[in-house]
Amino acid sequence: MSTPASQFKEPLESVRARVADDLRAVVAAESVLSDIESLRPYECDGLSAYRKLPLVVVLPDRIEQVQEVARYCFKNDIPIVARGAGTGLSGGALPIENGVILSLAKFNRVLKIDAQNRTAVVQPGVRNLAISEAVAHLDLYYAPDPSSQIACTIGGNVAENAGGLHCLKYGLTVHNILKLKIVTVDGDLVTIGSDALDSPGYDLLSILTGSEGLLGIIVEVTVKLLPKPECARVIMASFDDIEKAGNAVGNIIAAGIIPGGLEMMDNAAIRATEDFVHAGYDVEAAAILLCELDGIPDEVEDDIESVKVVLAQSGYTQMQIAENEAQRQLFWSGRKAAFPAVGRISPDYYCIDGTIPRRALGSVLNKITELSKEYGLRVVNVFHAGDGNLHPLILYDGNVEGDLEKTELLAARILQLCIEVGGTITGEHGVGMEKIDQMCVQFDSLELTQFHAVKEAFDEKRLLNPDKAVPTLHRCAEFGAMHVHKGQLKFPEIERF
Amino acid sequence: MSSDSAQDLIAAVKRACDRKVALCLQGGNTKDFYGREPCGEPISILSHSGIVDYAPTELVITARGGTRLTEIESVVAEHKQMLAFEPPSFGSEATLGGTIASGLSGPRRPYVGAARDFTLGIRMINGRGEDLKFGGKVMKNVAGYDVSRLLVGSMGTLGVLLEISLKVLPVPKVEQTLMFELEQDQALALQNDWARKPSPISATSYREGVLHIRLSGSEKGVKAARARLGGEKIDHGRKHWHDIKEQRHKFFSQSGPLWRISVPPTAPTLNIPGSALLEWSGALRWLITDTPAQKIRAEVDKLGGHAVLFRGGDRENAFHPLATAVHKLHENLKKAFDPMGVLNPGRMYEGI
Ligand SMILES: Cc1cc2nc3c(=O)[nH]c(=O)nc-3n(C[C@H](O)[C@H](O)[C@H](O)COP(=O)(O)OP(=O)(O)OC[C@H]3O[C@@H](n4cnc5c(N)ncnc54)[C@H](O)[C@@H]3O)c2cc1C
Repeated sequence: MSTPASQFKEPLESVRARVADDLRAVVAAESVLSDIESLRPYECDGLSAYRKLPLVVVLPDRIEQVQEVARYCFKNDIPIVARGAGTGLSGGALPIENGVILSLAKFNRVLKIDAQNRTAVVQPGVRNLAISEAVAHLDLYYAPDPSSQIACTIGGNVAENAGGLHCLKYGLTVHNILKLKIVTVDGDLVTIGSDALDSPGYDLLSILTGSEGLLGIIVEVTVKLLPKPECARVIMASFDDIEKAGNAVGNIIAAGIIPGGLEMMDNAAIRATEDFVHAGYDVEAAAILLCELDGIPDEVEDDIESVKVVLAQSGYTQMQIAENEAQRQLFWSGRKAAFPAVGRISPDYYCIDGTIPRRALGSVLNKITELSKEYGLRVVNVFHAGDGNLHPLILYDGNVEGDLEKTELLAARILQLCIEVGGTITGEHGVGMEKIDQMCVQFDSLELTQFHAVKEAFDEKRLLNPDKAVPTLHRCAEFGAMHVHKGQLKFPEIERF
Repeated sequence: MSSDSAQDLIAAVKRACDRKVALCLQGGNTKDFYGREPCGEPISILSHSGIVDYAPTELVITARGGTRLTEIESVVAEHKQMLAFEPPSFGSEATLGGTIASGLSGPRRPYVGAARDFTLGIRMINGRGEDLKFGGKVMKNVAGYDVSRLLVGSMGTLGVLLEISLKVLPVPKVEQTLMFELEQDQALALQNDWARKPSPISATSYREGVLHIRLSGSEKGVKAARARLGGEKIDHGRKHWHDIKEQRHKFFSQSGPLWRISVPPTAPTLNIPGSALLEWSGALRWLITDTPAQKIRAEVDKLGGHAVLFRGGDRENAFHPLATAVHKLHENLKKAFDPMGVLNPGRMYEGI
């Protein structure tokens, strides 16, 4: 299955010039980028190890223009890769050589705030945090808060079903949106969902959320807003053993408490962040847990008492409750700065996103330590413990020959481990280009074929972000030939070459 | 709990494909009144039952499609957990598969989420008789399209649900029901005002001048909220919400077609004659009326909602008609999952 546009017979540069000219008839001339230097900033997303120049970049600012661009590309069999802020960590917005990057950056307005209904209608290029800022004066906010929230766009959040620090209690993007407007591959404008809590027919909102730009171009989003919690308090507990910390997480939940946030850092992460922000972390601890309880003050008070008891029973070595807002922010500062902190101790790092059942936390973390030794690469763990979403950061040096390849192998081993314990290869960052081979491990050929059928229901010509997120069976056969899983061939029916 | 019950169902779907006959998927038959008229050769999911996995600290339960809803509810209750979307069962025979396929949620829905929000993963048979797994047993999973949620509320037209993994939540430590007497417009305005602030409201109902609300949370939290909201405490709260959820409340015994109308919570009192009961802080409105479907839907369309003919009346157009482009996507998806049209064809929309 090749990308349709690969059938161009003329040289790439002349195609580029022609397509750019054609698109300049659709949008303002300065909204089409086609010289190599202007294309550079678009050659990768947050996963900078993968790079490719697009054919052209187009930056429309009205829905009709998006429709026109889609119609043009449809007619000429040109792939379209939608792009928000490019903070994605799985190569979802990675360009395709003969495809257009359709940037939604100019769609950056909050169109409507309905305080009484607790909804906002926003354009896809609005930054995640900008939504909460726009409604803060109403004591409302938009709940999903990916760590990248100052930069990432709501369109990208919908496309990835982004999560954040608070999703155990408040849900992912899919739980916090009501309605989308999408432009289909052939340029139709379609409304998905509604202003009511549910809509007739199939739950198309679910299938669009997390579809990584493969099913439609999101041009408007209606989000739900929540009242700001009246109070939030955080408890920090240290443990001398990572498994104990993992069990504490399960114990809190078994006690009937759903914290607003429940995050964990291992010793390497504690040291890296403490050096960076001086949050007063216990650098001797094997792991620390940050447990935030939020809601109405009386409720929070009750929960704090219960969590204290549970943590004691789980065997903490130290515990501290933030006395005031400043201290709460300080406790969180290290966790929130974990990525840049790690950036200081290593030239490069590679973030993994596997999610596992909570009961496997301890054993998986221990196994990761073993793998880290086996590959000779340091691994730092900071993650969303409450929902079992790991973010092991593998430290490497891109300038050292073979380091990246070794890192990718280690990452693949860790993801395989996540699948083995009943988890998934990605909890919130998406498959994109990065984890496409691991999809062959998580799903069998019938399931992948069903995914392709879903794709075709929206995009028969396979022009929207083609060849990402769902691998072709051929790709899996090639991958399977290299990585035979537990001695079994996953795709016995496919010819190998 | 025969280990072959899944294989039997798979074989039955494959046979139906070969013979080009439609199948009518049946669980406990408690919701056969809902949607368009069921048709096709009956095939029972009941033998494929049982809880597969339940780990309270994971907040996840996995059970087979034919498992009784009551069984699941009592097992999680032993661990002080619950299916937080409070699915209506409409009879003790109700199965988990039927519950998820119809996608209905009860009184707690606006405050914690719907059936689709709690669905984490499924194992299903598509219309080609293929055994497929999507999603999983973890809280977050973005590998592949979210087929599990797509199947919720699809009325069995896309697949046979063999297994379903659901997120469960702890049962609130304290629940209390309060009652207020006021006019409908006032009740709507008040509920929307309350919703603007954090509060432990977990259900509302309004009928003939009386607003009931349920508070759920810790002892102190509920007490503080009660002090703030006022109202009169009632003792039969549990029964009240159960009767609303299961449609045993006397409102539902009136004769005439019953409509389920879903609108934004701030929508004004509907300009449609009939007898009404409101839930979900105003976002769900039950209406018993002889008003023609077209008139109801024209009114509801204006408000940005939709109307389902829930019981009685002419079932032909039970579900709100879809916009042309959306209808086309439904046809395409149906073809993607069930190309021969053997799974509950026409149960939702003609040709789907
Ligand atoms: C430091 C850091 C921390 C992060 N933390 C988190 C976290 O806590 N939780 C989390 O979930 N993610 C996190 N991420 C990942 C990333 O920020 C999210 O995936 C985010 O949702 C991407 O948004 P974006 O606007 O940058 O999208 P992009 O990277 O531009 O695109 C992402 C994907 O969405 C598609 N897309 C974008 N816009 C549209 C549209 N309008 N219509 C259709 N498809 C579209 C693209 O084609 C691509 O496949 C983090 C990233 C970084 C760099």
